[in-house]
Amino acid sequence: MTLLEAREVHRVYHQGRPDEHEAVAGVSLAVEAGALTVLSGPSGSGKTSLLTLLGAMARPTSGRIFLRERELTSLPERFLTEVRRRTFGFVFQQPNLVRGLSARQNVMLPALPLGLDHAALGRRADALLEQLSVGHRARARSDWLSGGEAQRVAIARALVNDPEILVADEPTANLDSALSRQFMAIAADLKAAGKTLLLASHDPIVTDSPAVDRRVAMRDGRLEGP
Amino acid sequence: MTWRAALERQRSLLDFALLALWRRRGKNLSLVLVYGLTVFAIASVVLLAGALRAEAAAVLAGGPDVVVQQLSAGRPALVAAEAVARLGAIRGVSRAAGRRWAAYADPVSHATFTVLAPEGFEGRPGEVELGAGAAAAMRWKPGEKVGLLGEDGRWHFLEVRRLLGEETALVSTDLVLLAGEDFERLFALPPDRFTDVALTVRNPRELTTVARAAVGALPGGRAVTRPEMARTYEALFDWRSGLASVVLLGAVLTFALVAWDKAAGLPADERRELGVLKAIGWETGDVLAAKLWEGVVISVAAFLLGVLAAYLQLFLAPAPLLAPVLRGWSVLSPPLRLAPSVSPLELATLFFLTVVPYTLATVVPVWRAASTDPDAVMRS
Amino acid sequence: MSPVRPSSRLGLAALAAALAVAGCLLHARTLRAPERRAASAALVARLGLTDLALFTEASYTRHLALADRLAPFLDHPQAREHFPSGALTAPPAPPEAR
Repeated sequence: MTLLEAREVHRVYHQGRPDEHEAVAGVSLAVEAGALTVLSGPSGSGKTSLLTLLGAMARPTSGRIFLRERELTSLPERFLTEVRRRTFGFVFQQPNLVRGLSARQNVMLPALPLGLDHAALGRRADALLEQLSVGHRARARSDWLSGGEAQRVAIARALVNDPEILVADEPTANLDSALSRQFMAIAADLKAAGKTLLLASHDPIVTDSPAVDRRVAMRDGRLEGP
Repeated sequence: MTWRAALERQRSLLDFALLALWRRRGKNLSLVLVYGLTVFAIASVVLLAGALRAEAAAVLAGGPDVVVQQLSAGRPALVAAEAVARLGAIRGVSRAAGRRWAAYADPVSHATFTVLAPEGFEGRPGEVELGAGAAAAMRWKPGEKVGLLGEDGRWHFLEVRRLLGEETALVSTDLVLLAGEDFERLFALPPDRFTDVALTVRNPRELTTVARAAVGALPGGRAVTRPEMARTYEALFDWRSGLASVVLLGAVLTFALVAWDKAAGLPADERRELGVLKAIGWETGDVLAAKLWEGVVISVAAFLLGVLAAYLQLFLAPAPLLAPVLRGWSVLSPPLRLAPSVSPLELATLFFLTVVPYTLATVVPVWRAASTDPDAVMRS
Repeated sequence: MSPVRPSSRLGLAALAAALAVAGCLLHARTLRAPERRAASAALVARLGLTDLALFTEASYTRHLALADRLAPFLDHPQAREHFPSGALTAPPAPPEAR
């Protein structure tokens, strides 16, 4: 079943200016529920831009994005944020943890404005960190975490609101091979738990992983092949 | 959202704001300190002015209804006894009493005292009663003899009968009370000459009329009514007065500096963090609320610090920081054991002015960044 | 958040501030203003005083209520008012229209 769909989306940066650049040039893509889809391609191919469009992080310059039957592109910002918060969990290339907060506090961050019971939220954060094998670093300051630990805390943060779709942009860019394979194992577990995953990567460990259900190649803002 | 969830939401956003402030705690603590100092300066002036005005209003209410002075070539001149009688004959005046007082400059300490020979002086000729400040300045004690230099060039010695209480210091600290004969001897004056005349008026509504009549009865005279005297003290530390204007100007400049620093824009790392918050699902409103909390915490802390410190230094400490300013060129210290008299309106105004503009200045630069797509914010 | 939430700490600080304010209010009461003021007021009535003994620099600053606008300039028509207390007090209001 199609969970997420892009129809003829374009994304143009600096429109009207001399440095105008079309990162996504007319892409139509359907993402299946419960599948692990990977966007592959060299840097500059537009996969990060397409990811931000599909993940409701930015609006396309033209074209439409659908979440099930609901059109996201025409939603006002307020509702879009609501969707982003409840449906998507985003893992960036850099962990982008907030400095000065502990790992646990970072994981709880997306849920803070929801006014949930604080103690329950804390327990959930602890559980997630345990699942990702960084439970022992829960109270450590985010500045002190290693690259791999920080990345896993970032994944836990993306999962705290129990989103349907996990979106990750170059998740293994700063990880060594062992940690990269570990990441794909986590991804497989999440898929088994019923989540839909959408990754952008040019790392073979990701693209060639057996957990991947569909590989979509991109070049110069367009999809390559079938 | 239930009210419970709304409360928890605000509390969590407050937690986040506090952690954000603590992250740059050096800068934020100094900010609270500087801002607090500004509030301290204003609050000190406001509290002191309020206390002095309240004391004046309460204490001087029982003074003379009208005081009539005689001027000669613009300078105060003595009033003759028959002029006093003439004033007493004015309609509406129940009593006209000539007052005898003078400024006495002690040649040794250069302190100036007010020497007063009241009608009901309780001591005998040769005795003197001293105000607390006068006694302290000259180290005079009851039982001792004090020397006053008369206008005839000779020293007059009088025995200290008692000291006027410390609790009346605000009106009596520099007073030297003595008998009429000693006054005449000290200042080489005849018994039928007075410094000015105090009138008691039967009907309070006729004060102005009586004052007018008094000037008519005493050519070259000048009359001051009690309401006019009261107005003088209401104008103490008025915002147009020099000290208050300078303090206010300094405060406004400090605030402008702080606000400009805030409003000038967000540093890159803060904007990036904003983008992250939006990317993980925070709405614009959440980001703004957290920033608002930051502003509120800083400004309220500065307000409390400034006002409490002002209160402590004025009403708890024996020598307020403003004492040297009030003292000026005097030798005697002003009696500043005052009772606090705070106008809630003034305090509320100060609170409003401290918290609201600063909080707005904190939120404004965030507004733009918080409204854009997280993608754009993270790329910039 | 960690065992003690920052907002809880702030709550404690706010409580301390509230106690300080309450302390100030209590202290204000103990200064027994009405009694002290009554003593001063009685002296004012007995001696017929017109001013607070705040600024003993000069006659016209000590007896502020009686000073006229001319007093500071008696020395010379162009002399400026020079006592520091001049920065604190406003010149006497013009007499009510007579």
